[in-house]
Amino acid sequence: MVNFKPTEDQELLRDTMQSFAREVVRPSAREADEKDAVSSEVVQKGWALGLVQNSIPEEHGGFGSGRSAIRSALKLEELAYGDLATAMHLVTPRLLTVPLLIAGTPEQQAKWLPRFCGDAFTPATAALAEPAWNFDPRQPATKAEKSGGDYVLSGKKCLVPLADRAEAVLVYAQASDGLAAFVVERGASGLTIGPREKNMGVKALDTFPLVLENVRVPSGARLAGDDKAVQGLVDASRVASAALAVGVSRAAFDYARDYAKERKAFGVAIARKQVIAFMLADMATEVDAMRLLAWEAAWRIDQGLPATRESLLARHYAAQASLKIADNALQVLGGHGYIRDHLVELFLRNARGFAAFDGLAIV
Amino acid sequence: MIDFELSDSTKGVQQMVRAAAEQMMRPISREYDEREHEKPWDFLNTMWGASRGVSMSGGDAPKDGQPKPKGPSEGTLRAVVTTEELCWGDVGLYLSIPNSGLGGAAVAAAGTPEQKKRFLSRFTEGEPKWGAMAITEPGAGSDSAAIQTTAVRDGDHWVLNGTKIFCTSGLMAAEKSKGFVVVWATLDRSAGRAGIRAFVVEAGTPGMYVTKVEHKLGIRASDTATIVLEDCRIPLDNLLGSAEIKQGKGFKGAMATFDATRPIVAASAVGVARAALDFVKDTLAKNGVEIRYGAPIHTLTALERDVIEMEAQVQAARLLVWRAAWMMDNGLHNNLEASMCKSKAGIVVTLVTQKAVEIMGPLGYSRELLVEKWMRDAKISDIYEGTQQINQLIIARRILGYSSEELR
Repeated sequence: MVNFKPTEDQELLRDTMQSFAREVVRPSAREADEKDAVSSEVVQKGWALGLVQNSIPEEHGGFGSGRSAIRSALKLEELAYGDLATAMHLVTPRLLTVPLLIAGTPEQQAKWLPRFCGDAFTPATAALAEPAWNFDPRQPATKAEKSGGDYVLSGKKCLVPLADRAEAVLVYAQASDGLAAFVVERGASGLTIGPREKNMGVKALDTFPLVLENVRVPSGARLAGDDKAVQGLVDASRVASAALAVGVSRAAFDYARDYAKERKAFGVAIARKQVIAFMLADMATEVDAMRLLAWEAAWRIDQGLPATRESLLARHYAAQASLKIADNALQVLGGHGYIRDHLVELFLRNARGFAAFDGLAIV
Repeated sequence: MIDFELSDSTKGVQQMVRAAAEQMMRPISREYDEREHEKPWDFLNTMWGASRGVSMSGGDAPKDGQPKPKGPSEGTLRAVVTTEELCWGDVGLYLSIPNSGLGGAAVAAAGTPEQKKRFLSRFTEGEPKWGAMAITEPGAGSDSAAIQTTAVRDGDHWVLNGTKIFCTSGLMAAEKSKGFVVVWATLDRSAGRAGIRAFVVEAGTPGMYVTKVEHKLGIRASDTATIVLEDCRIPLDNLLGSAEIKQGKGFKGAMATFDATRPIVAASAVGVARAALDFVKDTLAKNGVEIRYGAPIHTLTALERDVIEMEAQVQAARLLVWRAAWMMDNGLHNNLEASMCKSKAGIVVTLVTQKAVEIMGPLGYSRELLVEKWMRDAKISDIYEGTQQINQLIIARRILGYSSEELR
């Protein structure tokens, strides 16, 4: 039966994330953006929320809460409300742990998962996107060729978060029998991490290009999943991306609304002018619409229903709506919105990224 | 728990209504658009027989004047789901279906148990009947507090005087059936909105005349009437709510009706939008064009991008409608959400049907297909039951915490 109310458990989770976002993440957002780095203190506090450890089973040292796309959507919206780059940094290790949970062999899970259940933030990442205008996540140009009992990986990757410190990189490559993912350990021979990328938004998130030159990995490094598992990951990452976009959009809307109620022109708060009030009304409606689309797609994933169409629609909608909302938020602030004293220009730069994040596979 | 699955019983009703829309409405859709103002009696009689007792605002009409049992129900949600299906069939025909309509919704929202019984029980028996709501006047549309129609007490009666326009099903409700019209009038013009009340005027009451039936861009199968009230005398207890002006609840009570009806009207917009979208997708599929969800952006055609955009917009509108309906069913105040879904759905159906005409090319513009009709039918959703702009005004007041005096 149709229901739009999260469970009490989920509401509690959301409230916890919201407090963290308001009290810890948001106050550090501007500095993180200016310094191109999320502070290690924030990262450590975020680790304690169990974002990575939660879904790892108890037998591997995790909290064993299971995976739920709805819970993820609720969490990611709140974290991104605080700051998108910080949110993405905190969940980056999931780029490895979640695929392992979905498609890892028992050996792979036993080897890797316990490492992400300690007391300190443990970085890991994935390399999916490639620096090409015609990049297709389902058919990467990076190749995996069989050589004896091993695979040899060759290709170029980009937008790989935390690659410089990751324990391991999950590299997506085209094998002769389809799309495959390989766990490449830190310091593998032939793996070059390029200079830190300079992006327009999510500046505080450290991302890197990778070059793989005949990187040899044992066949045991290949995840067991087939195309269906990969599609499941793509669907989940699109929903996650949509949920992050809801958070950024809500942040932009809240900021503009509060400003409009304070700022006076012609003797009254500008929010009392219909031209501003209607922009805000539209923003509020679109934030809700984005969220409902993300929730529906997440619900389908959790129910085990086909969700490729819904997750694509949710992501498509969110990418467009978030850009428009952030742009309108900046417009409400006028010249002040263009100045870096206010956060709306940061929201706009971040929102622009959602169209490009499709290859980032945040889950 | 968040859940997007309709209950089995609602799914069952949805399937039934979908079949009716496909088999009974679509085949006569063009005909009754062309024959403006004529009534498809076979269809209307069948619908009366099948659906009588179902109120505009969802759920069953009170059978014996008793209010619906408290607690969560799915009545409004079921109403928006069935409305979408019927309007997928044909929104003009949907609006012609005999029922208590918007007038019934006002009685249900603001009437006493006795009034509910007296005015609503007729919709479960006898010949087809219509209920209508008369608010708009030549000089007062969105600004419904500015209405000039007066109600003056004269002994045991109220005497109404004024002119009402754009009254949906006004002709059927006022003259062609044993229905009624809920007329908004002021007890005291100087009191502004506080003086406004809703009065039930029985069909055929002397002094109530239909003087015009409008010729419209779309929804031509539905009559939109001008109603003149000339010393129209009605019993005292046909007033919905209290006559005490100081209580000031009359106008608010009447406005609360919109919280129930806006999700329904928004659902009808979603139905029309889906009709256009389904038609475009079916036509493309028949011609071997498949929409590839999630294909790399550089391989997507402009056509695929258009369709994906249309689908996302329609689904966004639908979910906003479902949420507003769900809130209603769960006793949550949904004034904000009702306006959100109405304003969104009105925009979406307008743009999606225009896009469908564009995509279908010359055929889209031709009256051979229904696409051009859906575009004409769509536009009213952006206007009636509160224009897009009035709903934005309501949303804005809610999110900003402003009164109607602070944000006008």
